[in-house]
Amino acid sequence: MSNQSVKASPEQVVYANLLYYGCWGSLAIMVVTYLIYVMGILPPHIPLDTITQLWSQRVGVYLSQGNVPTGWGWATLILQGDFLNFIGIVLLAGMTIICYLTLIPAFLKKKDPLMATIAVLEVIVLTVAASGIFGAGGH
Amino acid sequence: MNTATKVRFWGPAVLAVLLVLCWALPVLASGGDAASAAAAAMPADGHPWWFWPTALLFFCFILGIIAVLAGVGGGVLFVPLVSGFFPFHLDFVRGAGLLVALAGALAAGPGLLKRNLASLRLALPVALIASACSIVGAMVGLALPTNVVQICLGGTILFIAVLLLVSKNTVRPEVKKQDAISVALGMDGVFIEPSTGEVIDWKTHRTLPGLLLFIVIGLMAGMFGLGAGWANVPVLNLLMGVPLKVAVGTSKFLLSITDTSAAWVYLNQGCVIPLMAIPSIIGLMLGSFVGVRLLAVAKPKFIRYMVIGVLLFSGGKALLKGLGI
Repeated sequence: MSNQSVKASPEQVVYANLLYYGCWGSLAIMVVTYLIYVMGILPPHIPLDTITQLWSQRVGVYLSQGNVPTGWGWATLILQGDFLNFIGIVLLAGMTIICYLTLIPAFLKKKDPLMATIAVLEVIVLTVAASGIFGAGGH
Repeated sequence: MNTATKVRFWGPAVLAVLLVLCWALPVLASGGDAASAAAAAMPADGHPWWFWPTALLFFCFILGIIAVLAGVGGGVLFVPLVSGFFPFHLDFVRGAGLLVALAGALAAGPGLLKRNLASLRLALPVALIASACSIVGAMVGLALPTNVVQICLGGTILFIAVLLLVSKNTVRPEVKKQDAISVALGMDGVFIEPSTGEVIDWKTHRTLPGLLLFIVIGLMAGMFGLGAGWANVPVLNLLMGVPLKVAVGTSKFLLSITDTSAAWVYLNQGCVIPLMAIPSIIGLMLGSFVGVRLLAVAKPKFIRYMVIGVLLFSGGKALLKGLGI
Protein backbone atom coordinates (compact mmCIF):
# COMPACT_ATOMS: atom_id res chain seq x y z
CA MET A 1 0.00 0.00 0.00
CA SER A 2 1.35 3.38 -0.97
CA ASN A 3 1.72 6.14 1.57
CA GLN A 4 0.21 8.54 -0.96
CA SER A 5 -3.14 10.17 -0.27
CA VAL A 6 -6.23 8.97 -2.09
CA LYS A 7 -7.38 12.58 -2.04
CA ALA A 8 -6.49 14.90 -4.91
CA SER A 9 -3.53 17.17 -4.17
CA PRO A 10 -4.34 20.81 -3.26
CA GLU A 11 -2.95 22.13 -6.57
CA GLN A 12 -5.09 19.60 -8.43
CA VAL A 13 -8.19 20.84 -6.58
CA VAL A 14 -7.36 24.51 -7.31
CA TYR A 15 -6.88 23.62 -10.99
CA ALA A 16 -10.21 21.75 -11.03
CA ASN A 17 -12.16 24.59 -9.42
CA LEU A 18 -10.74 27.22 -11.75
CA LEU A 19 -11.45 25.01 -14.76
CA TYR A 20 -15.01 24.37 -13.63
CA TYR A 21 -16.06 28.02 -13.42
CA GLY A 22 -13.98 29.09 -16.43
CA CYS A 23 -15.39 26.39 -18.68
CA TRP A 24 -19.03 26.90 -17.78
CA GLY A 25 -18.59 30.69 -17.80
CA SER A 26 -17.18 30.63 -21.32
CA LEU A 27 -19.95 28.31 -22.56
CA ALA A 28 -22.58 30.65 -21.10
CA ILE A 29 -20.89 33.64 -22.79
CA MET A 30 -20.91 31.72 -26.09
CA VAL A 31 -24.66 31.11 -25.91
CA VAL A 32 -25.43 34.76 -25.10
CA THR A 33 -23.15 36.19 -27.82
CA TYR A 34 -24.52 33.67 -30.34
CA LEU A 35 -28.07 34.86 -29.62
CA ILE A 36 -26.95 38.49 -30.06
CA TYR A 37 -25.39 37.47 -33.38
CA VAL A 38 -28.19 35.43 -34.95
CA MET A 39 -30.93 37.78 -33.74
CA GLY A 40 -29.16 40.65 -35.46
CA ILE A 41 -28.82 42.78 -32.32
CA LEU A 42 -25.27 43.60 -33.46
CA PRO A 43 -24.67 43.60 -37.22
CA PRO A 44 -22.16 40.95 -38.39
CA HIS A 45 -18.92 41.68 -40.24
CA ILE A 46 -19.84 39.03 -42.85
CA PRO A 47 -23.54 38.95 -43.79
CA LEU A 48 -25.26 35.65 -42.93
CA ASP A 49 -26.11 34.89 -46.55
CA THR A 50 -22.48 35.42 -47.58
CA ILE A 51 -21.02 33.18 -44.88
CA THR A 52 -23.12 30.23 -46.04
CA GLN A 53 -21.45 30.55 -49.45
CA LEU A 54 -17.95 30.85 -47.97
CA TRP A 55 -18.02 27.99 -45.45
CA SER A 56 -17.73 25.40 -48.22
CA GLN A 57 -14.53 27.02 -49.55
CA ARG A 58 -10.96 26.67 -48.26
CA VAL A 59 -10.04 28.98 -45.40
CA GLY A 60 -7.94 31.19 -47.73
CA VAL A 61 -11.01 32.02 -49.83
CA TYR A 62 -13.05 32.73 -46.67
CA LEU A 63 -10.34 35.08 -45.39
CA SER A 64 -9.93 37.03 -48.62
CA GLN A 65 -13.57 37.24 -49.75
CA GLY A 66 -14.91 37.79 -46.25
CA ASN A 67 -12.15 40.30 -45.46
CA VAL A 68 -11.45 38.36 -42.26
CA PRO A 69 -8.31 39.13 -40.25
CA THR A 70 -6.06 36.34 -38.94
CA GLY A 71 -4.35 36.04 -35.54
CA TRP A 72 -5.75 38.43 -32.96
CA GLY A 73 -7.15 40.70 -35.66
CA TRP A 74 -10.64 39.61 -34.60
CA ALA A 75 -10.27 41.84 -31.52
CA THR A 76 -10.60 44.94 -33.74
CA LEU A 77 -14.00 43.63 -34.92
CA ILE A 78 -15.29 42.75 -31.46
CA LEU A 79 -18.39 44.93 -31.84
CA GLN A 80 -19.54 43.01 -34.92
CA GLY A 81 -22.09 40.29 -34.13
CA ASP A 82 -20.04 37.41 -35.59
CA PHE A 83 -16.73 38.35 -33.99
CA LEU A 84 -18.37 39.03 -30.62
CA ASN A 85 -18.59 35.22 -30.36
CA PHE A 86 -14.81 35.02 -30.12
CA ILE A 87 -14.94 36.26 -26.51
CA GLY A 88 -16.35 32.94 -25.28
CA ILE A 89 -14.27 30.86 -27.70
CA VAL A 90 -11.02 32.57 -26.71
CA LEU A 91 -11.85 32.27 -23.00
CA LEU A 92 -12.50 28.54 -23.48
CA ALA A 93 -9.24 28.09 -25.38
CA GLY A 94 -7.36 30.18 -22.80
CA MET A 95 -8.57 28.35 -19.68
CA THR A 96 -5.73 25.81 -19.73
CA ILE A 97 -3.11 28.60 -19.74
CA ILE A 98 -4.82 30.32 -16.81
CA CYS A 99 -5.05 27.04 -14.87
CA TYR A 100 -1.40 26.19 -15.53
CA LEU A 101 -0.32 29.55 -14.13
CA THR A 102 -1.66 28.47 -10.73
CA LEU A 103 0.43 25.30 -10.83
CA ILE A 104 3.82 27.01 -11.07
CA PRO A 105 3.85 28.65 -7.58
CA ALA A 106 2.15 25.55 -6.10
CA PHE A 107 4.93 23.23 -7.33
CA LEU A 108 7.65 25.70 -6.28
CA LYS A 109 6.10 25.85 -2.81
CA LYS A 110 6.21 22.03 -2.66
CA LYS A 111 9.90 22.18 -3.67
CA ASP A 112 9.17 20.27 -6.88
CA PRO A 113 11.29 22.16 -9.44
CA LEU A 114 10.91 19.50 -12.14
CA MET A 115 7.12 19.75 -12.30
CA ALA A 116 7.32 23.55 -11.97
CA THR A 117 9.65 23.61 -14.99
CA ILE A 118 7.28 21.38 -16.99
CA ALA A 119 4.41 23.73 -16.10
CA VAL A 120 6.46 26.78 -17.20
CA LEU A 121 7.34 25.07 -20.49
CA GLU A 122 3.68 24.19 -21.11
CA VAL A 123 2.63 27.81 -20.50
CA ILE A 124 5.29 28.89 -23.03
CA VAL A 125 4.07 26.33 -25.63
CA LEU A 126 0.41 27.32 -25.22
CA THR A 127 1.20 31.05 -25.19
CA VAL A 128 3.23 30.73 -28.38
CA ALA A 129 0.34 28.82 -29.99
CA ALA A 130 -2.12 31.47 -28.81
CA SER A 131 0.07 34.37 -29.93
CA GLY A 132 -0.46 33.58 -33.59
CA ILE A 133 3.26 33.38 -34.31
CA PHE A 134 2.59 30.07 -36.03
CA GLY A 135 0.92 30.62 -39.31
CA ALA A 136 -1.38 33.58 -38.68
CA GLY A 137 -1.70 34.74 -42.22
CA GLY A 138 -3.79 32.08 -43.86
CA HIS A 139 -3.07 30.54 -47.19
CA MET B 1 -27.67 22.49 -2.07
CA ASN B 2 -24.14 23.99 -2.29
CA THR B 3 -23.03 26.32 -5.09
CA ALA B 4 -21.31 23.65 -7.16
CA THR B 5 -24.34 21.34 -6.95
CA LYS B 6 -26.66 24.20 -7.88
CA VAL B 7 -24.53 25.04 -10.93
CA ARG B 8 -24.38 21.33 -11.85
CA PHE B 9 -28.16 21.07 -11.53
CA TRP B 10 -29.23 24.33 -13.15
CA GLY B 11 -26.40 24.65 -15.70
CA PRO B 12 -27.72 22.00 -18.12
CA ALA B 13 -31.32 23.19 -17.64
CA VAL B 14 -30.38 26.79 -18.48
CA LEU B 15 -28.31 25.60 -21.43
CA ALA B 16 -31.24 23.53 -22.71
CA VAL B 17 -33.53 26.58 -22.63
CA LEU B 18 -30.89 28.65 -24.41
CA LEU B 19 -30.46 25.86 -26.96
CA VAL B 20 -34.12 26.08 -27.88
CA LEU B 21 -33.86 29.88 -28.02
CA CYS B 22 -30.75 29.60 -30.24
CA TRP B 23 -32.79 27.63 -32.70
CA ALA B 24 -36.20 29.24 -32.41
CA LEU B 25 -35.42 32.95 -32.30
CA PRO B 26 -33.45 33.24 -35.55
CA VAL B 27 -35.98 31.05 -37.35
CA LEU B 28 -38.88 33.18 -36.10
CA ALA B 29 -36.97 36.39 -36.82
CA SER B 30 -36.25 35.39 -40.41
CA GLY B 31 -39.87 34.32 -40.88
CA GLY B 32 -41.10 37.77 -39.88
CA ASP B 33 -39.38 39.50 -42.78
CA ALA B 34 -41.34 37.45 -45.28
CA ALA B 35 -40.22 36.66 -48.77
CA SER B 36 -37.69 39.42 -49.47
CA ALA B 37 -35.46 38.61 -46.48
CA ALA B 38 -35.73 34.88 -47.11
CA ALA B 39 -34.76 35.32 -50.73
CA ALA B 40 -31.83 37.56 -49.81
CA ALA B 41 -30.59 35.05 -47.23
CA MET B 42 -30.86 32.07 -49.56
CA PRO B 43 -27.40 30.60 -50.27
CA ALA B 44 -26.37 28.62 -53.31
CA ASP B 45 -27.61 25.26 -51.95
CA GLY B 46 -31.18 26.58 -51.68
CA HIS B 47 -31.44 26.52 -47.88
CA PRO B 48 -31.89 29.63 -45.70
CA TRP B 49 -28.86 30.58 -43.56
CA TRP B 50 -30.26 29.05 -40.38
CA PHE B 51 -30.84 25.60 -41.92
CA TRP B 52 -27.37 24.10 -41.56
CA PRO B 53 -26.58 25.56 -38.09
CA THR B 54 -29.93 24.19 -36.86
CA ALA B 55 -29.29 20.79 -38.46
CA LEU B 56 -25.80 20.80 -36.92
CA LEU B 57 -27.17 21.64 -33.46
CA PHE B 58 -29.50 18.62 -33.46
CA PHE B 59 -27.00 16.35 -35.21
CA CYS B 60 -24.35 17.16 -32.57
CA PHE B 61 -26.90 16.61 -29.80
CA ILE B 62 -27.42 13.03 -31.06
CA LEU B 63 -23.67 12.66 -31.60
CA GLY B 64 -23.04 13.70 -27.97
CA ILE B 65 -25.41 10.99 -26.70
CA ILE B 66 -23.82 8.30 -28.89
CA ALA B 67 -20.26 9.36 -28.03
CA VAL B 68 -20.87 9.01 -24.28
CA LEU B 69 -22.64 5.66 -24.65
CA ALA B 70 -19.87 4.32 -26.87
CA GLY B 71 -17.08 5.70 -24.68
CA VAL B 72 -15.41 7.72 -27.43
CA GLY B 73 -14.67 11.44 -27.67
CA GLY B 74 -16.97 13.71 -29.65
CA GLY B 75 -14.23 14.89 -32.01
CA VAL B 76 -13.53 11.46 -33.48
CA LEU B 77 -17.15 11.17 -34.65
CA PHE B 78 -17.67 14.87 -35.42
CA VAL B 79 -14.91 15.41 -38.00
CA PRO B 80 -15.57 12.49 -40.37
CA LEU B 81 -19.37 12.70 -40.14
CA VAL B 82 -19.75 16.47 -40.41
CA SER B 83 -17.19 16.72 -43.22
CA GLY B 84 -19.01 13.89 -45.00
CA PHE B 85 -22.61 15.03 -44.67
CA PHE B 86 -22.56 18.82 -44.23
CA PRO B 87 -21.50 21.47 -46.75
CA PHE B 88 -18.64 22.86 -44.62
CA HIS B 89 -15.05 22.71 -45.85
CA LEU B 90 -12.73 20.37 -43.93
CA ASP B 91 -10.70 23.37 -42.65
CA PHE B 92 -13.71 24.66 -40.67
CA VAL B 93 -14.84 21.18 -39.61
CA ARG B 94 -11.41 20.51 -38.08
CA GLY B 95 -11.45 23.90 -36.30
CA ALA B 96 -14.91 23.19 -34.87
CA GLY B 97 -13.93 19.57 -34.12
CA LEU B 98 -11.06 20.70 -31.93
CA LEU B 99 -13.30 23.15 -30.05
CA VAL B 100 -15.92 20.41 -29.57
CA ALA B 101 -13.30 18.01 -28.17
CA LEU B 102 -11.80 20.81 -26.07
CA ALA B 103 -15.14 21.87 -24.55
CA GLY B 104 -15.98 18.26 -23.65
CA ALA B 105 -12.57 17.70 -22.08
CA LEU B 106 -12.64 20.97 -20.12
CA ALA B 107 -16.12 20.21 -18.78
CA ALA B 108 -15.11 16.71 -17.67
CA GLY B 109 -11.73 17.78 -16.22
CA PRO B 110 -12.81 19.19 -12.83
CA GLY B 111 -14.75 16.09 -11.75
CA LEU B 112 -11.98 13.74 -12.85
CA LEU B 113 -9.26 15.76 -11.11
CA LYS B 114 -11.18 16.06 -7.85
CA ARG B 115 -11.86 12.30 -7.70
CA ASN B 116 -8.20 11.59 -8.50
CA LEU B 117 -9.30 9.71 -11.64
CA ALA B 118 -7.12 12.06 -13.68
CA SER B 119 -3.55 12.40 -12.48
CA LEU B 120 -1.92 15.79 -12.87
CA ARG B 121 1.56 14.31 -12.40
CA LEU B 122 0.95 11.76 -15.15
CA ALA B 123 -0.68 14.26 -17.48
CA LEU B 124 1.80 17.15 -17.26
CA PRO B 125 4.88 15.61 -18.94
CA VAL B 126 2.75 13.76 -21.52
CA ALA B 127 0.73 16.91 -22.28
CA LEU B 128 3.87 18.96 -22.86
CA ILE B 129 5.02 16.58 -25.60
CA ALA B 130 1.57 16.11 -27.17
CA SER B 131 0.60 19.80 -27.14
CA ALA B 132 3.90 20.94 -28.70
CA CYS B 133 3.53 18.29 -31.43
CA SER B 134 -0.14 19.13 -32.04
CA ILE B 135 0.94 22.66 -33.07
CA VAL B 136 3.18 21.08 -35.72
CA GLY B 137 0.34 18.72 -36.71
CA ALA B 138 -2.10 21.60 -37.10
CA MET B 139 0.36 23.56 -39.26
CA VAL B 140 1.04 20.54 -41.46
CA GLY B 141 -2.68 19.73 -41.71
CA LEU B 142 -3.53 23.26 -42.83
CA ALA B 143 -0.67 23.39 -45.34
CA LEU B 144 -1.46 20.09 -47.08
CA PRO B 145 -3.92 19.90 -50.00
CA THR B 146 -7.47 19.05 -48.85
CA ASN B 147 -7.61 15.73 -50.74
CA VAL B 148 -4.39 14.53 -49.06
CA VAL B 149 -5.81 15.38 -45.62
CA GLN B 150 -9.09 13.63 -46.55
CA ILE B 151 -7.21 10.47 -47.56
CA CYS B 152 -5.10 10.49 -44.36
CA LEU B 153 -8.21 11.24 -42.29
CA GLY B 154 -10.10 8.35 -43.90
CA GLY B 155 -7.18 5.99 -43.26
CA THR B 156 -6.92 7.15 -39.63
CA ILE B 157 -10.66 6.75 -38.99
CA LEU B 158 -10.59 3.22 -40.44
CA PHE B 159 -7.58 2.45 -38.23
CA ILE B 160 -9.45 3.77 -35.16
CA ALA B 161 -12.46 1.56 -35.99
CA VAL B 162 -10.20 -1.51 -36.18
CA LEU B 163 -8.42 -0.42 -32.96
CA LEU B 164 -11.78 -0.18 -31.14
CA LEU B 165 -12.71 -3.60 -32.45
CA VAL B 166 -9.56 -5.48 -31.49
CA SER B 167 -8.02 -3.67 -28.50
CA LYS B 168 -8.65 -5.30 -25.15
CA ASN B 169 -7.80 -2.80 -22.45
CA THR B 170 -6.74 -4.18 -19.09
CA VAL B 171 -8.64 -2.97 -16.05
CA ARG B 172 -5.60 -3.26 -13.78
CA PRO B 173 -2.33 -3.95 -15.63
CA GLU B 174 0.49 -5.54 -13.66
CA VAL B 175 3.53 -3.26 -13.28
CA LYS B 176 6.35 -5.13 -11.55
CA LYS B 177 8.96 -2.40 -11.55
CA GLN B 178 8.56 1.33 -11.95
CA ASP B 179 11.20 2.58 -14.42
CA ALA B 180 13.67 5.41 -13.72
CA ILE B 181 11.85 8.07 -15.77
CA SER B 182 8.58 7.22 -14.08
CA VAL B 183 10.24 7.53 -10.65
CA ALA B 184 11.85 10.85 -11.58
CA LEU B 185 8.54 12.29 -12.84
CA GLY B 186 6.52 10.80 -9.97
CA MET B 187 4.19 8.94 -12.33
CA ASP B 188 2.36 6.97 -9.67
CA GLY B 189 -0.66 7.43 -7.48
CA VAL B 190 -3.57 6.03 -5.58
CA PHE B 191 -7.28 6.00 -6.32
CA ILE B 192 -10.42 4.49 -4.84
CA GLU B 193 -12.33 2.05 -7.04
CA PRO B 194 -15.87 3.45 -6.62
CA SER B 195 -17.64 0.11 -7.22
CA THR B 196 -15.75 -1.78 -4.48
CA GLY B 197 -14.28 0.98 -2.31
CA GLU B 198 -10.86 -0.65 -2.78
CA VAL B 199 -7.77 1.57 -2.59
CA ILE B 200 -5.59 0.93 -5.62
CA ASP B 201 -1.92 1.89 -6.06
CA TRP B 202 -0.60 2.39 -9.53
CA LYS B 203 2.70 3.25 -11.20
CA THR B 204 3.94 3.30 -14.78
CA HIS B 205 6.57 1.34 -16.68
CA ARG B 206 7.85 1.57 -20.30
CA THR B 207 7.60 5.33 -19.82
CA LEU B 208 10.08 6.36 -22.55
CA PRO B 209 8.33 4.53 -25.43
CA GLY B 210 5.03 5.82 -24.07
CA LEU B 211 6.26 9.42 -24.12
CA LEU B 212 7.65 8.96 -27.64
CA LEU B 213 4.28 7.70 -28.88
CA PHE B 214 2.68 10.92 -27.65
CA ILE B 215 4.70 12.73 -30.33
CA VAL B 216 2.70 10.83 -32.96
CA ILE B 217 -0.57 11.27 -31.04
CA GLY B 218 -0.03 15.04 -30.80
CA LEU B 219 0.76 15.30 -34.52
CA MET B 220 -2.40 13.40 -35.48
CA ALA B 221 -4.62 15.34 -33.04
CA GLY B 222 -3.49 18.63 -34.57
CA MET B 223 -3.55 17.46 -38.16
CA PHE B 224 -7.09 16.05 -38.17
CA GLY B 225 -8.77 17.96 -35.31
CA LEU B 226 -9.99 14.65 -33.93
CA GLY B 227 -9.12 14.77 -30.27
CA ALA B 228 -7.00 11.78 -29.35
CA GLY B 229 -8.71 9.78 -26.61
CA TRP B 230 -8.77 6.77 -28.92
CA ALA B 231 -4.95 6.75 -28.89
CA ASN B 232 -4.26 8.10 -25.38
CA VAL B 233 -6.07 5.31 -23.56
CA PRO B 234 -4.31 2.31 -25.19
CA VAL B 235 -0.86 3.93 -24.74
CA LEU B 236 -1.47 4.83 -21.09
CA ASN B 237 -3.20 1.56 -20.25
CA LEU B 238 -1.66 -1.18 -22.39
CA LEU B 239 1.86 0.22 -22.81
CA MET B 240 2.52 2.24 -19.66
CA GLY B 241 0.47 0.09 -17.28
CA VAL B 242 -1.92 2.74 -15.93
CA PRO B 243 -5.20 1.29 -14.54
CA LEU B 244 -8.03 1.69 -17.06
CA LYS B 245 -10.06 4.18 -15.02
CA VAL B 246 -7.06 6.46 -14.43
CA ALA B 247 -6.03 6.06 -18.10
CA VAL B 248 -9.50 7.08 -19.32
CA GLY B 249 -9.72 10.00 -16.85
CA THR B 250 -6.19 11.24 -17.55
CA SER B 251 -6.76 10.87 -21.30
CA LYS B 252 -9.86 13.06 -21.14
CA PHE B 253 -7.97 15.65 -19.10
CA LEU B 254 -5.01 15.45 -21.51
CA LEU B 255 -7.28 16.39 -24.39
CA SER B 256 -8.00 19.71 -22.70
CA ILE B 257 -4.29 20.55 -23.01
CA THR B 258 -3.37 18.90 -26.33
CA ASP B 259 -6.39 20.29 -28.15
CA THR B 260 -5.84 23.77 -26.69
CA SER B 261 -2.60 24.32 -28.60
CA ALA B 262 -4.00 22.95 -31.90
CA ALA B 263 -7.24 24.91 -31.43
CA TRP B 264 -5.25 28.14 -31.12
CA VAL B 265 -3.50 27.46 -34.45
CA TYR B 266 -6.85 26.88 -36.20
CA LEU B 267 -8.34 29.93 -34.46
CA ASN B 268 -5.45 32.17 -35.52
CA GLN B 269 -5.64 30.89 -39.10
CA GLY B 270 -9.31 31.88 -39.34
CA CYS B 271 -10.65 28.30 -39.35
CA VAL B 272 -13.36 28.97 -36.76
CA ILE B 273 -16.72 30.19 -38.06
CA PRO B 274 -18.94 30.92 -35.03
CA LEU B 275 -22.19 30.34 -36.97
CA MET B 276 -21.31 26.63 -37.24
CA ALA B 277 -18.82 26.13 -34.38
CA ILE B 278 -21.05 27.25 -31.50
CA PRO B 279 -24.11 25.07 -32.35
CA SER B 280 -21.65 22.15 -32.62
CA ILE B 281 -20.21 22.78 -29.15
CA ILE B 282 -23.57 23.43 -27.44
CA GLY B 283 -25.30 20.50 -29.18
CA LEU B 284 -22.56 18.06 -28.27
CA MET B 285 -22.34 19.24 -24.66
CA LEU B 286 -26.09 18.85 -24.15
CA GLY B 287 -26.03 15.46 -25.87
CA SER B 288 -23.27 14.36 -23.48
CA PHE B 289 -25.44 15.28 -20.47
CA VAL B 290 -28.31 13.21 -21.81
CA GLY B 291 -25.90 10.39 -22.73
CA VAL B 292 -24.56 10.21 -19.17
CA ARG B 293 -28.13 9.83 -17.87
CA LEU B 294 -28.91 7.15 -20.47
CA LEU B 295 -25.79 5.14 -19.58
CA ALA B 296 -27.66 3.24 -16.87
CA VAL B 297 -30.26 1.83 -19.27
CA ALA B 298 -28.30 1.63 -22.54
CA LYS B 299 -26.65 -1.45 -23.97
CA PRO B 300 -23.07 -0.20 -24.37
CA LYS B 301 -21.92 -3.23 -26.38
CA PHE B 302 -24.51 -2.62 -29.08
CA ILE B 303 -23.71 1.12 -29.17
CA ARG B 304 -20.00 0.36 -29.39
CA TYR B 305 -20.49 -1.90 -32.42
CA MET B 306 -22.78 0.70 -33.95
CA VAL B 307 -20.08 3.38 -33.55
CA ILE B 308 -17.48 1.05 -35.07
CA GLY B 309 -19.84 0.62 -38.03
CA VAL B 310 -20.34 4.39 -38.31
CA LEU B 311 -16.56 4.95 -38.16
CA LEU B 312 -15.95 2.34 -40.88
CA PHE B 313 -18.58 4.00 -43.05
CA SER B 314 -17.42 7.60 -42.48
CA GLY B 315 -13.73 6.62 -42.78
CA GLY B 316 -14.44 4.90 -46.08
CA LYS B 317 -16.42 7.93 -47.27
CA ALA B 318 -13.56 10.32 -46.35
CA LEU B 319 -11.09 8.07 -48.12
CA LEU B 320 -13.19 7.92 -51.30
CA LYS B 321 -13.80 11.70 -51.17
CA GLY B 322 -10.04 12.28 -50.91
CA LEU B 323 -9.42 9.96 -53.85
CA GLY B 324 -12.08 11.81 -55.84
CA ILE B 325 -14.23 8.67 -56.25
